[in-house]
Amino acid sequence: MTLTALDYDVVIVGAGVVGAAIARDLSRFELRCTLVEAGPDVGAGTSKASTALLHTGFDAKPGTLEARLVRRGHELLSSYAVQVGIPVERTGAFLVAWSEGQRAAFPGIVERAHANGYRAIRELETDELYRREPHLGPGAHAALEVPDEGIVCPFTTPLAFATEAVLSGCELRLRAPVTRVERLETGFELAVGGTRLTTRFLVNAAGLHSDEIDSLAGHVGFTVTPRRGELIVFDKLARPLLGHIILAVPAGTTKGVLLAPTVFGNVLLGPTAEDIQDKGDNSSTTEGLAYLRAEGERIMPKLLRQEVTAVYAGLRAATEHGDYQLAVHGPEGYACAGGIRSTGLTASMAIAEHVRTELGARGLPLSERDELPHVRMPNIGELAPRPYQQPERIAANPDYGRVVCFCERVTRGEILDALASPIPAVDLDGLRRRTRVLMGRCQGFFCAAEVAALLAEGGGQ
Amino acid sequence: MTQVVVVGAGPAGLACAVELRRRGVGEVVVLEREVTAGGIPRHSGHQGFGLRDLHRVLSGPQYARRYVELARRAGADVLAETMVTGCHADGTLEVTSPTGRELLRPRALVLATGCRERPRAARLVPGSRPEGVMTTGLLQQRVFLHQERIGKRALVVGAEHVSFSAIATLADAGARVVGMVTELPRHQSFAVVRAGAALRYRTALWTRTVVRAIHGRPRVEEVELLDLDTGRTRHVPCDVVVFTADWIPDHELAVLAGLELDPGTRGPRVDTGLRTARTGIFAAGNLLHGAEPADVAALSGRHAAASVADWLGADNWSGPVLPIVCEPPLQWVAPNGLGPRLDAPPRGRFSLRSKEFLRAPALEICQEGRVLWSGRVARLIPGRSASLRWGWIRSVDLAGGPVEVRIAQR
Repeated sequence: MTLTALDYDVVIVGAGVVGAAIARDLSRFELRCTLVEAGPDVGAGTSKASTALLHTGFDAKPGTLEARLVRRGHELLSSYAVQVGIPVERTGAFLVAWSEGQRAAFPGIVERAHANGYRAIRELETDELYRREPHLGPGAHAALEVPDEGIVCPFTTPLAFATEAVLSGCELRLRAPVTRVERLETGFELAVGGTRLTTRFLVNAAGLHSDEIDSLAGHVGFTVTPRRGELIVFDKLARPLLGHIILAVPAGTTKGVLLAPTVFGNVLLGPTAEDIQDKGDNSSTTEGLAYLRAEGERIMPKLLRQEVTAVYAGLRAATEHGDYQLAVHGPEGYACAGGIRSTGLTASMAIAEHVRTELGARGLPLSERDELPHVRMPNIGELAPRPYQQPERIAANPDYGRVVCFCERVTRGEILDALASPIPAVDLDGLRRRTRVLMGRCQGFFCAAEVAALLAEGGGQ
Repeated sequence: MTQVVVVGAGPAGLACAVELRRRGVGEVVVLEREVTAGGIPRHSGHQGFGLRDLHRVLSGPQYARRYVELARRAGADVLAETMVTGCHADGTLEVTSPTGRELLRPRALVLATGCRERPRAARLVPGSRPEGVMTTGLLQQRVFLHQERIGKRALVVGAEHVSFSAIATLADAGARVVGMVTELPRHQSFAVVRAGAALRYRTALWTRTVVRAIHGRPRVEEVELLDLDTGRTRHVPCDVVVFTADWIPDHELAVLAGLELDPGTRGPRVDTGLRTARTGIFAAGNLLHGAEPADVAALSGRHAAASVADWLGADNWSGPVLPIVCEPPLQWVAPNGLGPRLDAPPRGRFSLRSKEFLRAPALEICQEGRVLWSGRVARLIPGRSASLRWGWIRSVDLAGGPVEVRIAQR
């Protein structure tokens, strides 16, 4: 092997949850890796604006790569989350039929779950459904219980992956868009944010832009059409209304509008599904919000009387194909992990495992590092105690007793930590995803000015 | 044991503490989550504070400082950077501060947590999520506490007193305020204030108009307005949008304490002595309803202190037993409950708000069809309180149904 003549063994393009998971996975081996990201931060694209469900994959199309990787990813991420402190909750889900027609789809859904190796699914009568979800709107005909569906923190997950990768020596280049890919005799030369670098292997995890990177690398596998999903986040005071994820019976291409608790203690309603052209257009729309409110009014009318904390829209990387666009081109050393849709958060670690195995089979030398870093992420979930609730932490550092963001109970200590972490926050949005600051019901009425001042002191913008 | 804990060191909380001490209550602690006590007036740069309660005219920051000083001089403990993060139904408080985490079980608890403006998201305004969108509260903090420059061209959403105050703040910070929008048919402030904004800042007023979308990234570039009557849209280029008014009480602790919220005020129900439905828990100031001026909030706090002192001296509790409800277009009435003790309400009046402009409306207050009071008020303006007399409460049947305030049916 002439690997050493090149700058890197592997360059991973895209620091979303999939790219970060791949970087983390490869960083456990004796390899020179770099993770390049066009945006200013890790997990700042599609990854940050999902429904944040930890899927079992019960409803995936049997036999697809997606079905296999979601199932495996659920297993991997569930245990990794506990190990590094990613907020995760096994809430369970009810898939509710609102008509006899929808109920008629149940046997097919159960059969599919069984084909996917998921057997814990079972049908509930309405009495039990309403006993366990008393605030559900009237008119449910029956439900399927999926006890292993859960929720996970969409912000901490990619950050934990990238942090582990960086601590293992993987480089992270932010604001570094790939503008050119040239094939060398062995490997690639890339133009990355004004510099050039060479690598033996190239991994495309560029999400919404994975088709563009694919074509720069000389392939014409697929086209990404952004599918916009608008979501409404309800106030924490609404959280007691809901115990489980409430799923809809799928119709057509999407899984429909769902209700889900979040690991931060809010309630989420969404998403819409609308194919658009502009890969940067994460605007919410009058029509989308009206549709969500109408759906919400039917699913849980009481929820709609509660205050709204936030509205946002995410863009999923949908393609013309039904499955993930995962392909490894052997001789040239190019792996594509594109067209990863909303299940990507759950599947991320399995996708990484898959890509690594495939690259290994095509000549990437995989010798494990002797020492792996110990990663422990700051807890921003509601299930475990937060710093403001921990007397021993406050005693050790009074800044953990200085609540700056009142709505989300974020302390000065946590903000300073986020500004000094291995992958420090560089803007307000990054600080929000690391600490929850500004995510609450007042949307900055009380603390935005002070948070901005702390960020500026910390060298951010 | 601490006798009284007051949560919130704004005008209502501080005035309550001063009065409690004046009435000889032993240990009074005021807990404030901000670094500096004083509440919203700390960052309200304009004049006119203190008229009704302190009988002088002060700026917001002067007024805030003065109240903190009064409370300290009266012997109350005012603890800043101390946040109540939980409240149990028995009044036990979970408290976090740089000195640690503790539980407090005061004999009496006064919630004076104030209110805030609904931000853009809560108003479900669609579009992109750019920088440059804020509430008046945030605008004022940026300008007065952090001396930031805000932008060049601003649009103000809302046309109440506070909206005009936002215009002045924006102008101070060097922004040109191109317009203000309200879905109502006219503005809700004084004619002279509106005329001043038109003359001094050349600010247009678009009535019967809503924000249909905000565009731009990463910063606001344009706001799309919709005229509700003509259906026409208007595109206004700007780099700042300030959402004003649309107040909501900061009622989290009240809800955690198990208090039900009034659908009109979104605050807890209290009787005329500002007692809540939970033994030993009182509520005062703008937690009870959308914003009133600081001095009115302070007088509400002072009023609650009398009931607190009574409760500490006696040992039987009585809170509100009857709700007072409003029929649309009336929005809310405060206080919104009546207890067996028929005290006078704060400032000797009930406050009434309407969602619509009404000139000299005939009103009536009824219980189970029986008219307790009828009469007129000069006018009702959304976002501004009208006063109702209170003598009628003596003829209420405390064992009867809810009391209703409505437009007279005749």
